[in-house]
Amino acid sequence: MDHLDQRLLNEFQQDFPLESRPYAVLGERLGLDEDEVMDRLARLTRGGSVSRVGAVFRPHTVGGSTLAAMAVPDHRLEEVADLVNAFPEVNHNYQREHRLNLWFVVTAPSKARVAEVLAEISQSAGIEVLDLPLLEHFHIDLGFDLKWS
Amino acid sequence: MTTPLDPIDRAIVVATQDGLPLVDKPYHEVARQVGTSAEDVMNRMERMLHEGVIRRIGVVPNHYALGYKFNGMTVWDVADQDIAEAGRRVGELEFVSHCYHRPRHLPDWPYSLFAMIHAKEKADADALVQRVADALGPLSRGHLVLFSSRILKKTGLRL
Repeated sequence: MDHLDQRLLNEFQQDFPLESRPYAVLGERLGLDEDEVMDRLARLTRGGSVSRVGAVFRPHTVGGSTLAAMAVPDHRLEEVADLVNAFPEVNHNYQREHRLNLWFVVTAPSKARVAEVLAEISQSAGIEVLDLPLLEHFHIDLGFDLKWS
Repeated sequence: MTTPLDPIDRAIVVATQDGLPLVDKPYHEVARQVGTSAEDVMNRMERMLHEGVIRRIGVVPNHYALGYKFNGMTVWDVADQDIAEAGRRVGELEFVSHCYHRPRHLPDWPYSLFAMIHAKEKADADALVQRVADALGPLSRGHLVLFSSRILKKTGLRL
């Protein structure tokens, strides 16, 4: 990753141009042509450094979502993780270091479907699912200042 | 005041939630998919940005891939009457990427304020947790840091 890649990642986390040819506008700022900006972003996305280029939506913009947690016995972790991951409504699932060791986000077109997914997971696994929906968010997400070493 | 999303707004959300296409005229491409003009797509996204439905538009980095291996979910036991003040204090820390109020589940889970931190080294993560603790002072009655030991899934439906 060179200096221009780093600038692409750090300086354009907000205020992406709402103009007909936004990548050309980024290019003007970086001294690159439009194609090179797109090529670099495509490469960074393929390589995993960039999740995506686009809008970050407020949660619950369309449909509903929640954070759920389960305390899964170690010997059942793979089995229960697979069961959880099989739901297309689950879009993040992390193993975390706590008795509550499985943490996942459920997103669905309706709040009713979110509740249904939690109930189905709980029933299939035979383990209680903690439902921790967002009540309020406090942070204005302006991106994240990446510190290059 | 937020304008309720109409079907075209919703179609734009769904069409762009995995990112804008990497083509020279991405809004034209989105417009084709949702059946409107590029001008309309840009105007609607501008409005959603202004109203907070869209928080930002830009490059979304993947912290983990960039070497931020210590992604800590810090959780804080804050009294209900203190939650707004606690949220204000933690929400303005620039290194906190998300700060949410979530319901506690007593007796096992007394924690009601969630703040995500990201660091390349464990010691840096610990220092960030301490800064959150300092910001909260006596408003925190106890906390935990849950690091992710494994990403089991990071894809799927987003709405």
